[in-house]
Amino acid sequence: MAWILRGLRDGIVTTRYPRRSDGYQNGFRGAISVVEDSLGILSEGQGFRHDINQEPSISSLCPSGAIIANEDRISVDRGKCILCGRCVEARPDIFCFESSTEVASVSRKSLVVPSCIDDDESLPSLRSELAKKVRILRRSVHVRHVDAGSDGSEESEIWALTNPVYDVQRLGIFFTVTPRHADLLLVTGVGTAGMIEPLRNTYEAMPHPKIVIAVGTDAISGGLVHPNYATGGGIGDILHVDVWVPGSPPSPFSILHGILLGIGLLAGDNEAGNNKAGDNEAGNNKVRHNRAGSDSTRDAKFGATRRDD
Amino acid sequence: MKSGLVVVVEIVPDEFALDVARRVNDGNRFAGLFATSKRDGSTLLLALICDERLMTMVQTRLAPGEHSYPALTPLVPAASWYEREIHDLFGLEPVGHPRLDSLVLPLVQGEELRPRPGNGLTDLGALTPDSSPLLGHVAGEGVFTIPYGPVRSGVFESIEYLVETVGEDIVHLRSRVYHKHRGIERRFEDLGVNEGVLLAERVEGTVSIAHAMAYSQAVESMTSTELPKSALLVRVLHAELERIVNHLDTIIRHTEGASQAVGYARMSLHKERIMRLRSRICGHRFGRGVVVPGGVSGPLSCDAVEVLRDIEAINRSLTSDLVALMTTPSFLDRLRGTGILSDELVAAHGGLGPLARASGLEQDVRRVRPYGAYTFLDPKQISPPTTGDALARQWVRLEEIDQSFALIVEVLAQIKELPHGPWRVEIPVVDGLGLSWVEAPQGELLYLIEIESGRLVRVKPRCPSFHNLSLLPAAFNGDIFTDFVFIEASFGFSVAGVSG
Ligand code: SF4
Repeated sequence: MAWILRGLRDGIVTTRYPRRSDGYQNGFRGAISVVEDSLGILSEGQGFRHDINQEPSISSLCPSGAIIANEDRISVDRGKCILCGRCVEARPDIFCFESSTEVASVSRKSLVVPSCIDDDESLPSLRSELAKKVRILRRSVHVRHVDAGSDGSEESEIWALTNPVYDVQRLGIFFTVTPRHADLLLVTGVGTAGMIEPLRNTYEAMPHPKIVIAVGTDAISGGLVHPNYATGGGIGDILHVDVWVPGSPPSPFSILHGILLGIGLLAGDNEAGNNKAGDNEAGNNKVRHNRAGSDSTRDAKFGATRRDD
Repeated sequence: MKSGLVVVVEIVPDEFALDVARRVNDGNRFAGLFATSKRDGSTLLLALICDERLMTMVQTRLAPGEHSYPALTPLVPAASWYEREIHDLFGLEPVGHPRLDSLVLPLVQGEELRPRPGNGLTDLGALTPDSSPLLGHVAGEGVFTIPYGPVRSGVFESIEYLVETVGEDIVHLRSRVYHKHRGIERRFEDLGVNEGVLLAERVEGTVSIAHAMAYSQAVESMTSTELPKSALLVRVLHAELERIVNHLDTIIRHTEGASQAVGYARMSLHKERIMRLRSRICGHRFGRGVVVPGGVSGPLSCDAVEVLRDIEAINRSLTSDLVALMTTPSFLDRLRGTGILSDELVAAHGGLGPLARASGLEQDVRRVRPYGAYTFLDPKQISPPTTGDALARQWVRLEEIDQSFALIVEVLAQIKELPHGPWRVEIPVVDGLGLSWVEAPQGELLYLIEIESGRLVRVKPRCPSFHNLSLLPAAFNGDIFTDFVFIEASFGFSVAGVSG
């Protein structure tokens, strides 16, 4: 009847991500970076100088404690960043928005950008650990979600993965209602006292191997809600986390990127933690202006990308 | 407070409940009951009573060491959840309250952690959560209890239900929201005014705009600074987009529950389109960072004419799909007569938003106490059916989506004329108490803010979901088990806003 025809009305609206990149995917602010020419390194004679004692201090620009500024280096912990843009507004010479949505990483440490050499040492072992788990997975992946104290927006973005634009079923990703069938656990929220036990129970009920993805800045570090009598600083204290997806909330593309990373469907170089400042694709996407500017979002095509072949 | 719409009345604790009850019995609406802990150890109790236009704050002070007062709930049943919340957070005992179970704080019985927002004390220690399951109320032959949650099946916020059934019929429903209590009110304390708005956006993440607006308006209410028209228009643009998205959300839940696969796909596609439009307008899919005290953070990041074109395209194809959905008998049958809330109950409770309008209570803050750009825009009158069932609630939301599209078109036309702003004015931060209201997608959202030495000492958001959700058990009369998902969806609430 008429309803069936409606399904065909707009042609194919589904994104081709991850096989091809999507016009919308890099169309809005996905992460904060330290401007390339400052390289986060504070030394005499480089393009950018900064006095650690100046008032207000660089790190106090950030309401959620994501900026780390010490003697020789400025970095941003994307695991704490809520993408409010205050730093970019105040110091566009140091901070900038990156429009990439591929911001997930298998290493908590590598969410700190620009990454240090020693931080990256853990990456290979984390990757091989994950790869071992993934090898046992069937072709299709079943996903379970637990809200451990979110603000509700993360659920909305996870749920969006089932809309015809993202349509994750095409990738063999299915949401399941029982933990006993789940391979992958998406956890949102800060990890409230009241959710610790229900979260653990769900985790315990899942068969091995189980992959845990912390979805959103709140789940990674507690974001702006932490510290607090009722919350922990993210779910990493409660469960072993395999993939970290920053964002407040992360967009559906970021969550999908995290899932694909978790189930080994992405080559290693699509991973945010693998990128060094300055020599990666995302680094070229840097948008240097504050929210009043307009070009960062201009490229995003309205609606979904159509298949053109 | 500068607003001419608010009056404050002081009363002694013993007469507090009687006074509030008298005002409610005189036909006024009970809008909430809040507490604030003071540094000297006293506690301020504050009830909000609303007639058509005027907000009355009835206030009483409990001296240090005084931990009880005569309960309001026996006289005004709508106060029940508020008194339970105050009991949880402040350890105050409303004497005569019929059921003082924990509501927002998952405390083990006998544990004495009380966050007492407002007194600025830090180092509260950490919660020892209670993880015992909900217990049934109904006894007798053939009673089955079906526990749901707190971890739900599907992508939902955590909430715990206990459904008690006899055969197929639901006879009783209990719910508990405290698992995801985040202690958000305490977290506001000692933040600067400009940081506070970021936290406000995260109280209920799906209605960030409404919260940022209510928060900012409360701050602005303490001064007499006029906001530029251009900024007010941008706020409304985002607020109405947010309303459409939230209403679509409940419709999507309904189509999911009714296994309307194509309807689900179409509605969620429309929602995604609007989310994308929002991110194109401001760089964020939920509009976070747009509303700030003193105005908005900047102009639209794309051309108003372009937005208008997209909005009209979305509206056309959405309307046509909605017409098809609302003429699909198998879909309507699931909603018709399901989860009926009587007019009398909703009126007595002072129900809010679409839920109240579906039971004949016209309570649109945008119209009765207009704020911001709504003072010169005119949201068109809607006249939905008032049968009080899930279907009526759906019709209200559909009419409101229409109304929002009309407002957006009007707003865009006006923004086009003001391409250069100004977007934000400097707001002097003054000490004092501010109260504000916004019609969020779920109904009237209130913010009470107290500022001392330029910092926040107390922020109390009152989410419409909190006020409305206590009506949920009443919506199950004679309904069967398979109606559950529709009744829950038709309330359209956010758990984060209830658990705090
Ligand atoms: S965007 Fe906001 S939260 Fe992120 S680093 Fe900058 S100031 Fe901190």
